[in-house]
Amino acid sequence: MKQQGLSITRRLALAGGAALAFLAGPALAQWQPTRTVEFIIPAGTGGGADQMARMIQGIVQKHNLMPQPLVVINKAGGAGAEGFLDVKGSNRNPHKIIITLSNLFTTPLATGVPFKWEDMTPVAMLALDEFILWVNASSPYKTAKEYIEAAKAGGKKMGGTGSKQEDQIITAAIEQATGVKFTYVPYKGGGDVAAQLVGGHVDSSVNNPIEAVSQWRAGALRPLCVFDSKRIDLKDKVTDTMSWNDIPTCKEQGLDIEYLMLRGIFMPPGVTQEQVNYYVDLFKKVRETPEWKDFMEKGAFNTTFMSGDEFKNWLKGAADTHQKLMEKAGFLAKS
Amino acid sequence: MEALLSLIHGFGVLADPMNIFYMFLGIFLGVLIGVLPGLGGANGVAILLPLTFSMSPTSAIIMLSSIYWGALFGGAITSVLFNIPGEPWSVATTFDGYPMAQKGRAGEALTAAFTGSFFGAFIATIVLTFLAPVIARFALQFGPAEFFAVYLLTFCSFVGMGKESPFKTIAAMMLGFALAAVGIDTVTGQLRMTFGSTELLRGFDFLIAVIGLFGVGEILLTMEEGLAFRGSTARINAKVVLHTWAQLPRYWASALRGSVVGCWMGITPGGATPASFMSYGLAKRFSKNGPKFGTGEVEGVLAPETAAHAAGTSALLPMLTLGIPGSPTAAVMLGGLLIWGLQPGPLLFVEQKDFVWGLIASIYLGNIAGLIVVLTTVPLFASILRIPFSIIAPIILVVCAVGAYTVHNALLDISVMLLFGVIGYVFKKLNYPLAPLVLALVLGDMAESSFRQAMLLSNGSLSIFVSNFLVGSIVALALLMLFWPLISLLLARAKATRPPDGHMVQAE
Amino acid sequence: MAQPADRSEHTVSTKTIELVVAFLFMALAVLIMYDNWRIGATWAADGPEAGYFPFRIGAIMFLASAVTFGINLMGRGVDENFVDRSQFKQVLQVLVPTAIFVAAIGLIGIYLAAGLFIGLFMWWLGKYPIYKIAPVAIAIPVILFFMFEVWFLVPLPKGPIEQALGY
Repeated sequence: MKQQGLSITRRLALAGGAALAFLAGPALAQWQPTRTVEFIIPAGTGGGADQMARMIQGIVQKHNLMPQPLVVINKAGGAGAEGFLDVKGSNRNPHKIIITLSNLFTTPLATGVPFKWEDMTPVAMLALDEFILWVNASSPYKTAKEYIEAAKAGGKKMGGTGSKQEDQIITAAIEQATGVKFTYVPYKGGGDVAAQLVGGHVDSSVNNPIEAVSQWRAGALRPLCVFDSKRIDLKDKVTDTMSWNDIPTCKEQGLDIEYLMLRGIFMPPGVTQEQVNYYVDLFKKVRETPEWKDFMEKGAFNTTFMSGDEFKNWLKGAADTHQKLMEKAGFLAKS
Repeated sequence: MEALLSLIHGFGVLADPMNIFYMFLGIFLGVLIGVLPGLGGANGVAILLPLTFSMSPTSAIIMLSSIYWGALFGGAITSVLFNIPGEPWSVATTFDGYPMAQKGRAGEALTAAFTGSFFGAFIATIVLTFLAPVIARFALQFGPAEFFAVYLLTFCSFVGMGKESPFKTIAAMMLGFALAAVGIDTVTGQLRMTFGSTELLRGFDFLIAVIGLFGVGEILLTMEEGLAFRGSTARINAKVVLHTWAQLPRYWASALRGSVVGCWMGITPGGATPASFMSYGLAKRFSKNGPKFGTGEVEGVLAPETAAHAAGTSALLPMLTLGIPGSPTAAVMLGGLLIWGLQPGPLLFVEQKDFVWGLIASIYLGNIAGLIVVLTTVPLFASILRIPFSIIAPIILVVCAVGAYTVHNALLDISVMLLFGVIGYVFKKLNYPLAPLVLALVLGDMAESSFRQAMLLSNGSLSIFVSNFLVGSIVALALLMLFWPLISLLLARAKATRPPDGHMVQAE
Repeated sequence: MAQPADRSEHTVSTKTIELVVAFLFMALAVLIMYDNWRIGATWAADGPEAGYFPFRIGAIMFLASAVTFGINLMGRGVDENFVDRSQFKQVLQVLVPTAIFVAAIGLIGIYLAAGLFIGLFMWWLGKYPIYKIAPVAIAIPVILFFMFEVWFLVPLPKGPIEQALGY
């Protein structure tokens, strides 16, 4: 309500035009949202992307970073296709942004629904989500090597979120790299997977840090390795004996697989550079807030930020990687 | 006892007047959210989550959980008055609640619903207070096979009701299953029955179907019989609450059974919706009034509401101790906890005593506050039925349209809702039962995916469903429920040698 | 209910509707079976394929409805009027305006459409005077607007008027 009042004032200010321009300073010279901005989440309520989007909404609201309200809308249908198609179809609408997860790449490949990242305007990469190989703490495996050796005998079950999405892609990548065969069991959410692993219904998972950290701290799960090129740069102790930094990379363990999940922002096609710049600035401001920094640390995110051409190049590479991984694993939609 | 001391400490945390204020604000918003179909508890909490960032985590979770209690209470209101379930778990409440309202007993139905809700929540909170650590471990026992067994049990305790043609019952139920399967298949990631349409990607949401089948369908039926709700002659009497309370103790068995079913389903976590159906089905089976269920029995309102609220409350347990949400709303609150920097999990009870016990204390107080708020509104809501039909009908239709839209923010869903309204009307006239359709729609997806997950785990062997004591006994119980009509027939035959036995109830 | 003697109330028989509905069920079942057979409906080594259950659901639906169809065709169904003409008229009185309302939401937004719908409904069916209609027809959309757009920040479909006002 408070922020609504603010937006009305802002609108009056805009209507007042030049007379009031000096009050707001140079900010008014640039493009600014003039209506409520819709923030699409191509996933259901309660998941990782949803949490992050609502976090951003709260930060924007608390620190008054935008003159208009930001409303979060979940469009999860068809593994997120619904949300992406909505943004793809909102040509030139600068009042709509979308947060992505790996389904930006995986959904069109796995389902054949027609969209790709080039159909939208990339704004910025906010962070990258790490993946860690977890096993139950009561299992005998202390390293990734030991676990893979044991898995060669067959019959090991890997739990993961969704089908033909990031968790299963990593599983397929491990299979391709080592020749072992897992039984992949898809669940609805990352929290379920972690709980199923604790309950001993599956043998391992590739949960994101934030999904499994509490079980790790409680001594129920054991991290084996992180699927990144370098260790996580957080040296504060998380459990009594270990920090995030103490988890070896999978490469160190002889499992040469890297996978990070994009948490990025896109806009509809056809928006102007000025409009894109506005949101890039906005997210830079969001990243500076203590709440965001705290959130990043809790979830052990990789905090790389990118925008512009750098981001586009990254996207090209990532799209290629997904195409190859999914083709090899046989996850492409049969047409 | 340590838990008791901690609880007293928790009440101390609550004593802050601001927290009490947030509690009442939350209850009020929650009732509002519960009343508006489509704007469910999960949505409501998600929408208000960012507003709570500037509060302390304790105040914030008190407000959000109060919204949740409010929504649980409020869901029953439209079910009883207009046959429109405000929340999925209120569907079973319509079966007897709406007929009661049609007979002019809306006040009684609402009182029974609210009191049942309160009772269920109270039992669940006691469980939460004293047994949290023990029960959390029990939840971990549940793998896909166990989940499937639970859904099977829900079906088996519910089917077989009604006098309709069995072929029509089967057809309606299959329609529910088929609709549930539209969209993406969670196990293979394949699209099913979308026929290349992007609108079908999101599948058929349970709420949209229910708003159409029950709400819009009912308005069309009402129109057929002239421009009036049959409940319009309701006598509104402030004493209705006391009057209803006087007869509730008679139904203690259903209430207790509902609470047990609810706690169990909340913890495992099966959720409030299956809990309410299962509790209704069991009450119908085992109550003396069973045969009259569906015609406006107080017990038929009490049973599902008790279970729904017990499940809703106990769903917080796996969320707090394991980080797995027992319901969509709990999932959103879980996100909230993370955002406030709290890490749900086994250590939460150790590291965040203030927070946890403040929350548990607030469940006690929040439910008492909620009960007071909703009971005082009973006469008000019951009197809505006195508004002339030609004023209230378009308003209900508008609210239904809003509700259908807000589920997915999709325009087409409003048309789908209207289509379901017509289907509901035709089905009602031809005696196709709607309840099996709805149950299949809400559980079909979950039942199928847990079945197939179990198959993946067992390499395609069905023996997984009898592989351990837990899953075996649930499956056995389900089969017992399925063949209960046959068994009770045999029992009746044997009646001559033995007095009638009611011990099955305790066996739950 | 139906008065078979009254010819003027005759529309279609319940039997006809029974047959039509059972036939639609069967047609839908065929569609379901076709699409799920396409994506694989057998029991693979690791359990059922994506189309396994839906295919069988379709089959059961087909059989159950075929029986219903048969029962009615053989004349064992109820041969009375499905709905009286006057009753049907009343149902249409709600259904048609509601359908127009739903269609209008996409064009002029839900708020304006709701106001017009409530107003016209009250005027046409309730025969209320304008001074009773206006407050209701205006208040409901306004309450909805504040509750959803402003309070809960849930955007509902809006039309050109709201756009012009800056929403």
